Amino acid sequence: MKPITLPFTEETIRSLQVGDPVALTGVMITGRDAMHKWMSDTFIKKTRQPQGDDLEVYEAIKKLLVGSAIYHCGPVVAGLDTKQYKFVAAGPTTSTREEPYQGDVMKHFNIRGVIGKGGMGAKTSAACQDVPGVYLHAIGGAASLIAQRVTKVLGVYKLDFGVPEAMWVIEVKDFPAVVTMDAHGNSLHADIETKSKAALEKLLAA
Amino acid sequence: MQDLTEALIELIRFTSTNLPNDVEKMLREAREKEDKGSAAQGAIETILQNVELSRKNSTPICQDTGTPIFLVHYPEGWSARKLKEQIRNAVAEATKKSYLRPNAVDAIYDKNSGNNLGDDNFPSIHFDEVEGDELTVELMLKGGGCENVGAQYSLPNNQLGAGRDLKGVRKVALDAVQKAQGQGCAPGILGISIGGDRGTGYFVSKEALFRPMEDDNANPDLDKLEKQLTEEANQLGIGPMGFGGKTTVLATKIKGMHRLPASFFVTVSYMCWANRHRKMTVRGEEIKYE
Ligand code: SF4
Repeated sequence: MKPITLPFTEETIRSLQVGDPVALTGVMITGRDAMHKWMSDTFIKKTRQPQGDDLEVYEAIKKLLVGSAIYHCGPVVAGLDTKQYKFVAAGPTTSTREEPYQGDVMKHFNIRGVIGKGGMGAKTSAACQDVPGVYLHAIGGAASLIAQRVTKVLGVYKLDFGVPEAMWVIEVKDFPAVVTMDAHGNSLHADIETKSKAALEKLLAA
Repeated sequence: MQDLTEALIELIRFTSTNLPNDVEKMLREAREKEDKGSAAQGAIETILQNVELSRKNSTPICQDTGTPIFLVHYPEGWSARKLKEQIRNAVAEATKKSYLRPNAVDAIYDKNSGNNLGDDNFPSIHFDEVEGDELTVELMLKGGGCENVGAQYSLPNNQLGAGRDLKGVRKVALDAVQKAQGQGCAPGILGISIGGDRGTGYFVSKEALFRPMEDDNANPDLDKLEKQLTEEANQLGIGPMGFGGKTTVLATKIKGMHRLPASFFVTVSYMCWANRHRKMTVRGEEIKYE
């Protein structure tokens, strides 16, 4: 496993190849459907006026996201009533739902790492080449293990989206993942899709 | 009538945090089969560490604690209405204790209820009155990622060349696995129903998933197909998490039903490796979990 400290340097990103296992250490933010839609509508496409604490949150997360990573995760969090937050379970969620937004969000905030599961499509792959960035596949369902690698919850934004959808700012140590889309246009997901399709056709013909 | 709320909270905790041994055993075998040092083997290794950790610390195996599906088999004398109330209370309480993530979202207004209680169908509870004096409650936590890759086929399916027979069932089931890729957190378990209407099709495909991992189907034709499907699905090379590899499907469970002359549905429910299901048996004061 290759140890990496966040934020990523451009050099590190370019050195990563599809299939590389990595261990991440540093600060990242969780975000899924509600966050991506909010970012896109309010600050990128601007189809919606900022309201409430929108602008404040925007400024705060902007600083945190530069060069760092967004993690597609809806965690189980303990300590909600006392605000002594602790991640109890924190595996990745399916990333494709963010495909319509991810590329633009990466470019807008200069995000170099997208972590999730299941991989993403052509738009995100293009953004990985532009920014540059990588898609990192975490181990789906490994919720307790990943929660243990979250050493500290530094804060939370937009808790009104609900616990799974809120933006949790977390410090991680040795967060395990595999590079499945790199900055050179390669995608392990596209490879496996093509190979398995050919294998299926062979089986169906038999 | 006995109040089972506390016992039900324990059932939920047990299900959410303690993966059944037969599932874990198959994952261990899969780890040995994958190439040394491959991303596939690394994924299973991480999964197994996670399983141990969750059991030890009593924390959810996966943060998506899914749709709680309860199958209640109750003898005469119990009130289904009161049991339902107790189950709902237990679900809300287990959510407070972080054994479950708040997962009930109003589909119209996009609002999470915060306590896992939604409308009448969330959690999903099914009652069946049985003979004897034992009450059993089976619980499955069915994750969203794997639920999304489930599929229902109406046969014949010309594109896949699938007719209305077991050969056709084989074809569409393999198609479903290929389409799912790693998205349902492979390696998965296939629950397949043949026949029924669209609604019962999905329900029965999930009922099939309650079976033990390594049992045989009582119907020899279906037993043969189950083993064949598992083997052929693994030839697709999708592998754990879709990283490529030898283990895509751990087991296949099939159930046949009756159908309308006009319809022939094949329904595939995909269960992720986090195949969380448990059973509680109540007999007088004695309560047993397995
Ligand atoms: S598919 Fe299963 S293991 Fe994967 S995230 Fe969902 S519940 Fe967890």
